[in-house]
Amino acid sequence: MEAVIEVKDLDLVYDDFVVMRGLNFNVKKGEIFIIMGGSGCGKSTLLKTMIGLKPPQKGKVLYNGLSFWDEDEQARQNIMRRFGVLYQGGALWSSLTLGENVALPLQLYSNLSDLQIQDVVSLKLGLVGLGGYADFYPAELSGGMRKRAGLARAIALDPNIIFFDEPSAGLDPLSAKMLDDLILELRDNLGATIVVVTHELASIFAVGDNAMLLDADTKTAIAQGSPKDLLTNSKDSRVVKFLTRGEKQDAPGANRYSAGGVFVHKEPDNEKSQ
Amino acid sequence: MSSEKLTFDYSKSKTLQLKLSGDWQLSAGLPSLNEVLAQIDSHLDIIEISFVMAKDFKWDSAFISFLLKLSSISKQKNIQLIVQGLSSQVEKLLKFTPLQAERIIPHKIIEEPFFDRIGSRVIRVKDTLLSVLNFLGDIVLAFKRFVCGKAFFRKDDFFAILQRCGVDALGLVSLISILVGVILAFIGAIQLKMFGAQIYIADIVGIAMVRVMGAIMTAILISGRTGASFAAELGIMQSNEEIDALKTLGVSPAEFLIMPRVLALVIMMPLLTLYADLMGILGGFIISTGVLGLNPVEYFNHTITAVKLSNLWLGLIQSFVFGIIIAIAGCYRGMQCERSSAGVGEATTSAVVTAITGIVIATAIITFICQIIGV
Repeated sequence: MEAVIEVKDLDLVYDDFVVMRGLNFNVKKGEIFIIMGGSGCGKSTLLKTMIGLKPPQKGKVLYNGLSFWDEDEQARQNIMRRFGVLYQGGALWSSLTLGENVALPLQLYSNLSDLQIQDVVSLKLGLVGLGGYADFYPAELSGGMRKRAGLARAIALDPNIIFFDEPSAGLDPLSAKMLDDLILELRDNLGATIVVVTHELASIFAVGDNAMLLDADTKTAIAQGSPKDLLTNSKDSRVVKFLTRGEKQDAPGANRYSAGGVFVHKEPDNEKSQ
Repeated sequence: MSSEKLTFDYSKSKTLQLKLSGDWQLSAGLPSLNEVLAQIDSHLDIIEISFVMAKDFKWDSAFISFLLKLSSISKQKNIQLIVQGLSSQVEKLLKFTPLQAERIIPHKIIEEPFFDRIGSRVIRVKDTLLSVLNFLGDIVLAFKRFVCGKAFFRKDDFFAILQRCGVDALGLVSLISILVGVILAFIGAIQLKMFGAQIYIADIVGIAMVRVMGAIMTAILISGRTGASFAAELGIMQSNEEIDALKTLGVSPAEFLIMPRVLALVIMMPLLTLYADLMGILGGFIISTGVLGLNPVEYFNHTITAVKLSNLWLGLIQSFVFGIIIAIAGCYRGMQCERSSAGVGEATTSAVVTAITGIVIATAIITFICQIIGV
């Protein structure tokens, strides 16, 4: 299947601080790709670079073969119009109602009449289970509803690619499950390619076709593959530890690893199988 | 929108066939549903609507919303929509899309009867008064604990606020005060020149600045600068639940957050006013001696003679009162802030409006009292 997003040799920095280096991965059309990792490992920084908010220090992000950061401003805007982004807290504009939040991108970039925009807004709110809530302000809704409304706004222009930043963060298990189901339905019914940044294991296993684990210590991606495959077949103890919430510290024959900690477990030379 | 995208066929009896072609995507726009309604109204025997999609037909969710709207209208008119002519992807998406939900009216915009509205307003005024009194009570208690040496607040924060309210505002206060002095000197010169009494510009500038203008101009500047920043700061703390965190820790926000701000402004306002007075007199001095040709020594002596100590005290007392008003308005609006970014904006605006209104009312009252006691 063709790759919709290609990331090549990407280096990310914050001022002088290196966040990630040498990132390489592809996201295929119609795939749900998970960027996972512990808190502060650089997941959100990577997302910011992918959605055009923060230029990389080095490397490329290609969308359908077009190198995003090498294009001019206008071309970048055109590429960005094909994205939808659900931010961590929903990022709804608090002075607008939900209906107005969803309508704004349509007013800007569609050729529909006001009445037709209202119909599309009802459709989008209905798709995320908020049909009828068009007149509510974000402050009048729960966290889960705000996220779903944010998703309705993200899919307002029928994007080809939808980015989710920590979709389940701060939600109760049922709301988180509802959002996971919604992600799957959006992929299946709208045919969108989806990139999810998360560290919620339940979501990772529920929706992820492919995943990449970022590591804050080595500042690189230390594993890529289907989440279930990584769980069962990975030989890297860091991957197993992350995917089992630290319950299984070591995979059989795994490299033990500790950087920056007080205790370092050093393997005897003859035990180093990898 | 061009109706070339939508043509009508009646070849099958009692059936309206919609032939769909061209671009029906969000970016291209849709034909109006009224075209279909007009056809339905002009052919009253229609019982079915079917679809044919041309090869060049392109669609996205805009088309789905068109179909949903058409379906709700057809339902009212007892007309069946036959979806077989649509692509499987459209059918799939139609199944996934929930039926149009009934609009839920948020509590806020439900119309209240007239008398209910008056009643709620009265109750709201009473609640606001009570909350202001509670707030003032909390501040008084915080100051009582401060005087007893038991107040819990960070000294570093207090000194930072002191610097923000005072030293950081010096540039702006200098500029505005010098200009006020300049304006007063020019206005005085126009009138006094007719009587050959230009030297009295020194009296006008000196008395006006020290007695009232220094205090008022500083207060207006500080209410826009510091009062607004107090409201925004506390408003954001309120939205981030930082104030709730203090309360659950058993720390009084009045003691930890408000008291240092009120204290800092009460200390700084008289000092800034004193500085503004000097700057204003300097502005008048520069214009009178440099432009209007008055003798500098004579101007200085006239200023010293005209400005009484009572004028100075009056200005300082006013600035002290203004300091309290600005700090309390800023902190109260910040603490009452709604938990949204619009709420923070509203709190900031109302802090400035409340402070300036308070300053004008207080000036009027103080002037009236001075008139009575003959100061």
